[in-house]
Amino acid sequence: MDLRLQGIGHQYGSMEIMQDINLDIPAGKIVCIVGPSGCGKSTLLRIIGGLEKATSGRVIQIGEPPSESINPLTYIFQDFALLPWRTVEGNISLVLEDHGIRGSKANAIITDVLARTKLTDFRKAYPKQLSGGMKQRVAISRALAVKPAVMLMDEPLSALDSQTRELLMDDLINLWTREPFTAVYVTHNLNEAVRLGHSIVVLSRRPGKIREVVDIATPLADRKLGDVELERQQEHLWNLMREEAVEADKELIDV
Amino acid sequence: MSNSNHVTTEKTIDFRGGGFAPKSKKWLGFVVFFFILAFIEIGTRVGFISNLTLPRPSDVFTTFLELWESGLLWEHLIPSLTRLFVGASIGSSLGICVGILIGLFSLARGSLVPVIAAIFPIPKIALLPLFVIWFGIDETSKYALIAFGTFTPTVVATYGAVDNVDRSLIRMGQSFSLSWFSIVTKIVLPGAMPGILSGLRISLAIAIILLVAAEMLGAEYGIGAYILEAGSLYNLERLFTGVAILSILGVSVSATIGMVENRLLDWRT
Repeated sequence: MDLRLQGIGHQYGSMEIMQDINLDIPAGKIVCIVGPSGCGKSTLLRIIGGLEKATSGRVIQIGEPPSESINPLTYIFQDFALLPWRTVEGNISLVLEDHGIRGSKANAIITDVLARTKLTDFRKAYPKQLSGGMKQRVAISRALAVKPAVMLMDEPLSALDSQTRELLMDDLINLWTREPFTAVYVTHNLNEAVRLGHSIVVLSRRPGKIREVVDIATPLADRKLGDVELERQQEHLWNLMREEAVEADKELIDV
Repeated sequence: MSNSNHVTTEKTIDFRGGGFAPKSKKWLGFVVFFFILAFIEIGTRVGFISNLTLPRPSDVFTTFLELWESGLLWEHLIPSLTRLFVGASIGSSLGICVGILIGLFSLARGSLVPVIAAIFPIPKIALLPLFVIWFGIDETSKYALIAFGTFTPTVVATYGAVDNVDRSLIRMGQSFSLSWFSIVTKIVLPGAMPGILSGLRISLAIAIILLVAAEMLGAEYGIGAYILEAGSLYNLERLFTGVAILSILGVSVSATIGMVENRLLDWRT
C-alpha cells in the first residue's frame, strides 16, 4: 500500500502553516521529513494519519493494506503515549482489545512483539518503572502489534539521550532489515534522517513547502556511524536548512 | 582575588537545597491528639480550665462508654450512617456522571457549567425547609439535602479532572482506532480518577456537615439529633461525645478514600 499526498495545504486561522505539498510514500521505504521548527512537519504527519484535517488537498491511499493489518496507519509518538495505569502487556493489549483480539490470540501477538523489541522480561512492568528508551520500545512494540501498513513516527527518538537514541536507531534498522516496513519519520535531527531515511524530504520554514527531496541509496544496514558518504549528505541537508533555520528562529522572535 | 599576596582559603559550600517535600508521619497525629487531650484533662482537674468551658475528656469518654453499653450508640449511629451512605452515594454518583458529561460534550459544558456555578455557593442548609416541603419531613428530605450538597463539588472536581486528562493519550487512542466508548472508559476515566477521588474527599466531608444539619430538623435518632438534644440541655459531655463521633466518622471516611486511592492509583509514583 502506497500513500500519496496531493496538494496538501494547511492554515490555523489566518496563519498559513504549509502550502502545496505533493509527495509519494512508496511501500517498504522510510521517508524522513526534516525542517526547521514551526514548519509544520508534525502537523503534516497528523494530516497523513487522519488525526487532523488539512485545509486543502488530500491524502490518497493507493492499493489495499495487507489483510492481516489491524490498524493500517499507526503512530509512534515523541512522548510515548503509554497509559501509566497499565502494564507493558496491558498497553499492548489495549490496542488489540478493540479490534476483537483477546485471550490466547492476543497473548501470542504480545509475546511475539515483545521478543522483537527485546522486552520479554518487562512484560509485567509499569511505564513508571521503565527508562525513556524502554518506554519507546514499548510504544514501538505496541505499533508492531497492530501490523501497520504505514508507521507514522513523530520525532520518536527526540525525547531520548544520545546513547539511547543510537541503540534504538540500530533496533529500528534491524527491525526494518528483517521485515521491511513503510514509514514516515518526522525529525529535526539530520543524523537520524540520514541513518534511517531512504529519501529525505526537506521542508522550508513556515509556510512549509518541499524544498528538496534527497534520496540515499546506501542500504540501511550498511549505514555506519561516521560513514563519509552519510556525513556528506548530512552536510548538504544542513546547508539546505541553515538559512531556513536562522530565518525561522528570527520569525519566532518577531511574533 | 586581585590581592597580590592572596591566601587561598578553603570553605565547605553550605547546603541550601532540600525542604518543600513534606512527608506524612502517621504517629505524629496521634501524639498531637494525645497532648491536646492530656492538656485539657489536666487543665480541668487542676482548675485553670473551668468545667463550664470544656468537659473533662475522661468524662466524655465515660459518657461514650455509657452510650455504647446502653445500645443507644447504634440506635443513633445506624440511621446516621444510612443517611450519609444513601445521600452521598446518590449525590456523588450523579455528580460524577454530570461532571463527565461536562468534560466530554460542548453542549453539556455550555449549558450546565453556569447552572453549577450558580448553585455551588448556595448554603445547602438554607434550603432544608424547601426540601422538607418537597420531600416531607422523613428520610427523603435528608437524603436529598446530603445528595444535593455532595453533588456540586463532585461535578466541579470531576470535570476538572476530565479536562486534565493528558490529551496526547486520547490522541493515541484515536490513532489506534479505539472506539469512542473505549477511549472514555479505558483512557479518560482512569486518567481522571485521581482528581475524582480527591474531589470525593471534599464532598464526603461536606456530606457529614450536612448530615448533622439535616438531623437537627425532625429526626428522633441520629448523631445530629443527639448533639442537638445535648446542646439544648447544655450537657457538654454528651455534646462533645457527639462531636468526637463525628470526627471519628470523618477520619474513617478519609482513611477509606485513602485505601481506595492506594488500590486504584498504585500506578502513580
